[in-house]
Amino acid sequence: MSQATTQKLVALTILALVLLVWQFLPPALGVPKFIIPTVTDMIGELGRMYRREDLIANTLSTAWYTLLGFAIGSALGAAIGYLLGLSEFWERVLSPYILALQIAPKVAFAPLFIMWFGYNATPKLLVTVLIVFFPVLVNVLAAMKTVDRDMVNLARAYSMTRWQIFKKVEFPSTLPNLMAGLRIASTLAVIGVTVGELVGGNTGLGFLISYGGGQANAAMVFNAIVLLTVIGILLYSVLVCAEERLLHYLPKKEH
Amino acid sequence: MALEFDHVTKTFALPTGQELTAVSDINFKVEKGEFVAVVGPSGCGKSTILSMTAGLYQPTSGIVRVSGEVVTKPNPHVGFMLQKDLLLPWRTIIKNVEFGLESRGVSKNERRDRAMAELERCHLKGFENHYPYQLSGGMRQRAALARTLAIDPDIILLDEPFSALDAQTKLLIQDSFAETIKEAGITTLLITHDLAESVIMSDRVLVLSERPGTVQREIEIGLPNREHPLARRQMKEIHDYANEIFTLLKLDRRAA
Repeated sequence: MSQATTQKLVALTILALVLLVWQFLPPALGVPKFIIPTVTDMIGELGRMYRREDLIANTLSTAWYTLLGFAIGSALGAAIGYLLGLSEFWERVLSPYILALQIAPKVAFAPLFIMWFGYNATPKLLVTVLIVFFPVLVNVLAAMKTVDRDMVNLARAYSMTRWQIFKKVEFPSTLPNLMAGLRIASTLAVIGVTVGELVGGNTGLGFLISYGGGQANAAMVFNAIVLLTVIGILLYSVLVCAEERLLHYLPKKEH
Repeated sequence: MALEFDHVTKTFALPTGQELTAVSDINFKVEKGEFVAVVGPSGCGKSTILSMTAGLYQPTSGIVRVSGEVVTKPNPHVGFMLQKDLLLPWRTIIKNVEFGLESRGVSKNERRDRAMAELERCHLKGFENHYPYQLSGGMRQRAALARTLAIDPDIILLDEPFSALDAQTKLLIQDSFAETIKEAGITTLLITHDLAESVIMSDRVLVLSERPGTVQREIEIGLPNREHPLARRQMKEIHDYANEIFTLLKLDRRAA
C-alpha cells in the first residue's frame, strides 16, 4: 500500500472514530441533547432547518456576503498595498496608522456599524471588508519592498516606463505573497460575516446560531458552524487551485 | 569609439552625511569590437563603472560616452548582465529573451523571430518553452546572454557573470560566451574578480586601484584565440599576465 493511501485511510478512520464517540459517548455519560447533540440528532435537525428555517437561503446569503466581502476587501487591500508600495513617502507616513488599525480587533466594530447603518446587510459586509483588507495589504506591501532591485534596474536599463516596470516585474514578483495574503483573508472572511450576522442580523448562518442559541437548540448551532466551515473551506480551496495554476512556474517542493 | 570614460569621478552621499568617493578620475577608452576586462580589489567601484555606463546614474564629474554620445539616462544601446541571471521566473525562456524588446516598439512577430535567433546562437534551441527553474545555472546564464544580445546593443557589460557557476560549468560557459561575443562582434566590458578569467577572455585588462578606484594600469593581452578561452588557458603566457596583475593588486601583501 502506498504511503498516500495509508495516510487517507488513517485520516478516515480518525473521522469515523470521532463520529462514533460523538454519537455514543455523551448519551452514555448522561449529557443532555441541548448540551451536546448526537450526530443523528444533528442530521435530524438539519432536515428540520431545511423545512422550517430557510436553511438554503440563509446559507446562500452567508456564502454570498463572504464572497462579496472577500472580493471587495482584498481588492481594496491589494490596491492600497500596491499604491503604498510605489510610494515610500506615503508608506512611511501611513504605516503607524496601518499598524494600529491592523491590531485593533475588527469584529469589535460590528456594533458601531449597526448603529450607523442599521439592521441590514451593510454592517456585516463592512466588518468582512475590514477584516479581509489588512492581511492582503500587509502581504502586498511587504512583497513590494522586497522586489529584486536588480530586476527593476534591468527593466530600467531597457528603458521601460514606470507602469511597464510595475506590470512586467513588480506585480508578477509579488504574486506569491498576494496569493498567500488572499488565502489568509479567505479564512477571515467567514469570521467577519458570522460576527456581523451574530451581532445584528436576521438572515444568514450567524443569525441561525444566535437564534438557535436563544432556543437552547445546540444541534442547530452545531449545524450552522459546520456549514460556515464548509463555506470557508470552499473559498480556500478555490484559492489554492488558482494559486497552483498561477504559480506553476515555481519549482515544486520535494518531500 | 564604443565607450569612453573621460575624467569620471563618482561620489555618493552616505546616510550618515559623509561622502564616499567610489571612483576617482577614471580614464579609458574601448574600441568597437574590443573585449576589455576590468579587475580590481573588492569595493574599488567596478560596479559603479558599470552602472554609469548603463546610465542608471550619472558621474559627479567627468563624462561617459557610448558610441560618441554622452550618457545621461538609461541607454538603450547598452546591455548588461550580472552574476544573477535575472530571468523572470514566471516567463518561459523565449519570453525572457523578448523582455528587452518589449519597450522598443518591436512587433510581436519580430520579437519572437529575434529571440529565436538569439537562442539558437546561444545554443538553447529546443528550450524556448522551458521555465527558468527547469534549466541549469549555465544554461540560465546563456539565456541571459541571449536576452542581452537580443536588443542588439552597441556594447555589453558583464558583471561577474560566471562567478556563481561551478568550476567546470564556468570553463564551458566562458568558452561559449567568448565564441558568441566574437561572432556577434560586440564590444564587451567584463568586470571580474578572477584574474585568470580576465586574461583568457579579453584583449585588454584594466587594473583598478583600491577605493577610490582609478585605472592604475592597462595591460594589452597580446595573445590569439580570444574566442577560445579554453585554448588560451593552456598557454604559459597566461600565468605571466596573471602574475603581473596579482602584483599590481598587491594581493600578497593583503594576505599577510
